[in-house]
Amino acid sequence: MEIAFTILLFIALVATAIAIVFIKRLFAVVMLSGVFSLLAALLFIVMDAVDVAFTEAAVGGGISSVLMLGTIALTARTQKQPERYSLVPLAIVLLTGAVLIYGTLDMPNFGSPDAPAQRHIGPEYIARTPTDIDVPNIVTAVLASYRGYDTLGEVVVVFTAGLGVILLLSGLGRRRGTPYPRGVSANRDQDNAQ
Amino acid sequence: MEGGFETGFLLGHMNYWLFVILMMTGFYIVVARGNLLKKIVGLNIFQAAVFMLYISVGKISGATAPIITGNPDEVYSNPLPHVLILTAIVVGIATTALGLALIVRINESYGTIEEDEIQQHDLEQYDKDCARAEEAR
Repeated sequence: MEIAFTILLFIALVATAIAIVFIKRLFAVVMLSGVFSLLAALLFIVMDAVDVAFTEAAVGGGISSVLMLGTIALTARTQKQPERYSLVPLAIVLLTGAVLIYGTLDMPNFGSPDAPAQRHIGPEYIARTPTDIDVPNIVTAVLASYRGYDTLGEVVVVFTAGLGVILLLSGLGRRRGTPYPRGVSANRDQDNAQ
Repeated sequence: MEGGFETGFLLGHMNYWLFVILMMTGFYIVVARGNLLKKIVGLNIFQAAVFMLYISVGKISGATAPIITGNPDEVYSNPLPHVLILTAIVVGIATTALGLALIVRINESYGTIEEDEIQQHDLEQYDKDCARAEEAR
């Protein structure tokens, strides 16, 4: 039952991804990427990762879709038709995929309780959380308490990215007052000055 | 890998192969499509496939989500991949936002978000610069 559901979700995920490859209208692409995130969230729930699922649904399906919609509103609505189809990217992708699949042959079976990942430090956190932290959700306990410094580092990354976005986009409205015509670069002033 | 390809092996490894298929679809979008926004979407698909791979490593058959139920015999899935991927999702949205801001900035300078048009524009600019240098000499 669980396997059937997983495979069904998976087929939907692949269909969405392949539709994104072929669709030219960027609005549809952004919407499909939101659908992809929600399907991925369902798959995370099937695999017991409820915290990851709701983060993915909120961040992947929500915030990222809004950011992308903002981007297409500021840039272009459609993707240009590619002039020629090359087989080189397909060959690269198939080769990489084959190497990755070869790499998985040594992996333990899915859901196996004696896999190395399950026998290392994970059980320790599960056993100690009720006495050490007394928070029922073990993921929260590890994220905010045992590995609190990592989460602090994550906040620094988000802050840096936000700073980068502000620096890149500051003065956008001001510069928009004198738009460059299509195909004329911002180097134009420099060209004229010389 | 003695007698590797039995049903148990196939079922136990199918998840990895499915994620590789998904990952490669995202990779193909990044490599083969010239539209910068589509490249970012492809990167997100690639990223989501990596997340699924990690979460599937933490799954234990018959286990439940790692939230303490009070039942001492309860088996929980490994919470550590979940913590890792939570952090990765948030960092992923930060990089996506930065990439999208770069796209807006590129569009402002070049008037396009297609890779080949940007490249062609750069080449024309280079030719112009060369011609000007020739004149000055």
